[in-house]
Order: sequence, then C-alpha cells, then structure tokens
Amino acid sequence: MNKLAVNFAGVDFKNPVIPASGTFGYGKEYEEFFDLSRLGGISVKGTTEKLRTGNLPPRIAETPSGMLNSVGLQNPGVDHFIAHELPYLMGKNTVIIANMAGSTADGYREVAEKLDQTDVPMIEVNISCPNVKAGGAAFGVSCEGAAQITKIVRAATKKPIMIKLSPNVTNIAEIAKAVEAEGADAVSLINTLLGMRIDIRTKRPILHNNVGGLSGPAVFPVAVRMVWQVANAVKIPVCGMGGISTWEDAVEMMMAGASTVQVGAALFNDPLAAVKIIDGLEKYVEDNHLNSINDIVGAVKPW
Amino acid sequence: MKYTQGCYPIISKTALAKEIYDMTILCPDAAQAAQAGQFINIKVDGFMLRRPISICGIDKEKGTLRIVFEVRGKGTKELSQLAEGDLIDIIAPLGGNGFKFDGYNKAVIIGGGIGNPPMLPIAEHFGTNAKIISGFRNSSAVILQNDFAKTGAQTILCTDDGSAGRKGFVTDALKEEIAKEKPDVIYACGPSVMLKRIVEIARENGIRTQVSLEERMGCGIGACLVCVCRTIRDGEEFYSHVCKDGPVFDGEEVNFDE
Ligand SMILES: Cc1cc2nc3c(=O)[nH]c(=O)nc-3n(C[C@H](O)[C@H](O)[C@H](O)COP(=O)(O)OP(=O)(O)OC[C@H]3O[C@@H](n4cnc5c(N)ncnc54)[C@H](O)[C@@H]3O)c2cc1C
Ligand SMILES: Cc1cc2nc3c(=O)[nH]c(=O)nc-3n(C[C@H](O)[C@H](O)[C@H](O)COP(=O)(O)O)c2cc1C
Ligand code: FES
Repeated sequence: MNKLAVNFAGVDFKNPVIPASGTFGYGKEYEEFFDLSRLGGISVKGTTEKLRTGNLPPRIAETPSGMLNSVGLQNPGVDHFIAHELPYLMGKNTVIIANMAGSTADGYREVAEKLDQTDVPMIEVNISCPNVKAGGAAFGVSCEGAAQITKIVRAATKKPIMIKLSPNVTNIAEIAKAVEAEGADAVSLINTLLGMRIDIRTKRPILHNNVGGLSGPAVFPVAVRMVWQVANAVKIPVCGMGGISTWEDAVEMMMAGASTVQVGAALFNDPLAAVKIIDGLEKYVEDNHLNSINDIVGAVKPW
Repeated sequence: MKYTQGCYPIISKTALAKEIYDMTILCPDAAQAAQAGQFINIKVDGFMLRRPISICGIDKEKGTLRIVFEVRGKGTKELSQLAEGDLIDIIAPLGGNGFKFDGYNKAVIIGGGIGNPPMLPIAEHFGTNAKIISGFRNSSAVILQNDFAKTGAQTILCTDDGSAGRKGFVTDALKEEIAKEKPDVIYACGPSVMLKRIVEIARENGIRTQVSLEERMGCGIGACLVCVCRTIRDGEEFYSHVCKDGPVFDGEEVNFDE
C-alpha cells in the first residue's frame, strides 16, 4: 500500500507534494532533472483570459532566507495553455492542477468555463497575486471579493476548485470561510506576502515594479500559522505552502492542518527539493510506523 | 538528462586581480555538454538564490569548466572563500543559446570588464582570425590578456584612464578596426550601454552582432519567468528569457533602451 497516497478534494494524489504555481512553469524544464511522475501533482503557471506579458525587469530580489518576485502573471493565455501545454502535461502520470486568474470577474468566468471543457482534474483559483494591478489580489483581500469570485468559478465548472488565499489580510480564516460558503472544494495558502527592497546606492527599488511578493523559508512560520488558523476554521481540505524546503517543513505544515503541500522558491535553490521532500516523507512514515501520511494532518497538539 | 546538478571539486583557484577569482571545476558531464556562451548556476551557502556565472573555459578532455568572477556583493564574496579541493554545488551547463560560429571567418570579440571571461572560448575558436578588444577601468582590473594572446588572436587592450594599453573606450577601438578590416561578426559582453553602442556601430557598418546579456535569475532554466529582457523581432517587441532564450542574443533583436 502506498502510505503517502492522499485523497484531496476528491482527487487521488500518489503523494501530497506539489510544485507551486509560477515556480515550475509547465513542468518541462524540470524534466531535465527528474521524472515528473514522481510528484503528487503539479500546480502549473497561472493562466489568464488573454496573453499577459508581465512586468518590466528586474522581477526578482533576494532577501534574507527568501526572495521577492514581481513577474506579474506573465502567461500565453488560456487558449494557448489548453491547446499547447495541457495535452503534453496530461500524459505525465501526475495530477495536473490548472492555476488560473482573471483581470475582471468576467475574466475568471471565461477562464474557468474554458478549463471546464478540458480533462484537467483540478483548478486552483488565484485571487491573491500581489503583482497585477487589476484583479488578482484585489479580490482576495475582502470576504466579499473572495466570495464573489468563488461563486462565479463554482457556477462555471463542476471540477474540484481550490481557492488560493492571500496572506495580505487581517483575518485569513474569515476569507477561507467565505469561499467555503460559496462552494470551494479546497483552499491553498499562502500566496506571497507583499514586500520591498531598495538598492541604497541608487535609491531605486530592486524590483522594477517597486514592490513584489515575498516567498521562501522567510515566510514559513507565517504560513504555518495561517494554515493552522484556516484548518481550524473550515471543513474543506487545505493545501499548505509558503517557505517549505525540507521534508521536516512539509511534516510541520501537515501537522498544522495541510493535507497536501506545495513547494515553490526552494526549487530555485535545489531543483530536486520536491523529490527530496517525497523521499523524506516516505522515510518518515516508515520510521514512525504510520499507516498513512494522512495520520499527521492536523496532528498538532496546541497548548 | 541535459543538466548536471551536484557538488564538484574545485581543482584550482587563483586570484587574477583585486577581488577577481579564477576557478577550475572538475565536472566531466557538464564539460562534455558545455558550449561557448553558456553559464553555470552556483549555490552559495547561506543564500537563497544561485549565482549565475559564465563559462570561461571548457576542457572536454580533462572534464573541467573554468569560471572567472568578480566579488560584487555578499554571494560572490562567500564564493570567493572557497578553496582548491572544496566542493562547489553547480547546475550546468545552462543557457539555451550560446555563441554561434557557423558561417563566420573573421571576428571581432569585445569584452567590457567582467564581461571578458565568456569571450575566451570564442577567441579559442577563431584563433588568428579574431581580434579581441578588451576594456577595463584601469590597469588593476585587467584580466585574461595572456589567455587571449595564447589563442593566437590579436589583442587590443583599452583602459578608461590609459593606465594600461590605450586610453579610451572599446567602441573607439572597434571603429578603427572596422575601418582597417571589416569582420563578419562581432561578439560582445559587458555593460549594456557598451553593448548598445557596439550594436549601433555594427549596424552602421552592416555587421552582425551576438551579445551576451545579464539579468537577475530565479530558476536559471526557463521555468519561473523572472529573467526577462526586451527583444524585438519583425518590428514586434516581446520579452525573452535570458536563461533559456539566451544569454546570447542577436544584437539586432535586443531593445537596450531604459
Ligand atoms: C548569464 C550571466 C552570466 C554572468 N557571468 C558572470 C561572470 O562570468 N563573472 C562575473 O563576475 N559575474 C557574472 N555575472 C554576474 C553575477 O551573476 C553577479 O555579479 C552575481 O550574481 C552577484 O552576486 P552577489 O551575491 O555578489 O551580489 P548581490 O548584489 O548581493 O546579489 C543579490 C542578488 O542579485 C543577483 N544579482 C546581482 N547582480 C547581478 C547581475 N549583474 N546579474 C545577475 N544577477 C545579479 C544575485 O545573483 C543575487 O540573486 C553573470 C550574470 C549572468 C546573468
Ligand atoms: C517566481 C514566482 C512566480 C509565482 N507565480 C504564481 C502564479 O502564477 N500563480 C500563483 O497562484 N502563485 C504564484 N506564485 C506563488 C507561489 O505559488 C507560492 O504561493 C509562494 O511562492 C509561496 O511558496 P514558496 O515560499 O514555497 O515559494 C509565484 C511565486 C514565485 C516565487
Ligand atoms: S531564471 Fe527562471 S526563467 Fe530565467
């Protein structure tokens, strides 16, 4: 029996480890390092109603134990994704999660309707991208906005939908409850935290967009806290991410309440990070005589 | 598997100038696959992002790659602490597009400052059919002149203050060399103002250019889309990715404007 297998929002994953959207492209590049079928799933680069060129460079800045990015949802658009990227990925024997966003509420509807016509098993709805002016984060920072988008996407597809939440809010559990009430099958969190770095010699922000999203190990404790709060507030499953770079981090995130985990920025440091986490979880399950990795989900014993 | 990733021994390390280091790494698989113009991505202890450094030498027989880098910030400072015998964690070779030689007989090769190292493999290819114009701030920053001379190519050294070689910019020397003998192609790496000017001069003289660009990187393999540069083809401007579509580009296709 595969002790790492998880059923997440009705979808079977061979293990709970998923590279995070935007850090893994459409997977092809990483095939030069390992077989994609090792992965539980892949959350592919976010797709929008039309091609988006993204923001001016520089789009990345290093930070202590982390990084800022301001890519700005560069992607070839949903039609291109469905015609040219998805078919290849669907043959890779791993769960493909289509990550999507829209620049307007109608845009979300359009993309969700198109994805509904494909074989993709799951949709992740990004309402939390801090790098685009319209849409994205604007919806994710209020309960009303988050509920509105969830309702629209819910009406557009019967596929399992996972709403990706923004950490740039005062009460993330309330937002999670709002999207649960509108029929979300799962939530994923956290997207990046808004940050900034300045080159003190030139007085210029390092990112051309001035501000960008913080990710990597620096955000891990914030992510664990938010996953814990959300998992305690909703009944739908939680996909935890933000700063995971080792199997120990993955175990910690799962103990906080995540049933699956995503790994992003860590891949830039070590392209094999996700695979090493899977290996580590396998060993962890054996060493601790667990029947299933599911046994540790939410296993934290709060004081 | 196209990329090699792992820890490989540094078999030699020397200082070429103040804060400029020369390292040779034993990594036969990567050396076999490497081409002129490609780069390696180096993990530095204590830092999240790898540091991209150009390949300055490829010895397929010995299975080695050579890099030359300048200490710019904290990461390259840490890197400079590594010693002969230490292991270095690299991903190599990276860069979907290196320098192309086919169809060219006579080349002018131009390096500005720390843009000189990636030019050495080009000089080795062209040998006596190349002229190498290297520019530096001053005499204390001059590197690789003996290596360039060994290739058989003619070397022209320029410094901003005239403390070594001739005083002036590489672009002045370029104009003179074109006037003497028009090359088939110009290869260049260095600050983008320099590259911009070189492409303009080349265009005026109907010469093709290949330029190696730098941009801040995340993954280094084309997956994260952070390393964009502005490019133009058929009158249409679009973003290319330095790590995957470059780092070498046709000079005519790069928009150098701020
Ligand atoms: C394709 C390519 C080839 C290169 N080849 C060489 C070479 O042969 N020799 C050499 O000395 N340098 C080279 N560089 C530049 C080198 O990567 C930077 O000097 C180095 O990353 C600076 O790191 P740091 O930690 O010292 O500086 P910091 O300023 O502390 O770095 C902070 C972050 O910014 C990034 N960064 C800073 N400056 C640059 C830059 N100019 N280009 C890309 N990223 C940067 C760093 O990688 C790091 O992620 C190359 C860059 C690229 C993109
Ligand atoms: C370069 C980059 C691009 C990203 N692009 C997207 C995206 O298109 N859609 C999305 O939902 N999240 C995107 N994210 C956010 C990540 O999926 C993830 O939520 C975040 O980085 C936190 O995880 P980490 O700390 O493991 O990187 C991006 C992150 C990075 C670093
Ligand atoms: S560095 Fe990730 S796409 Fe170039």
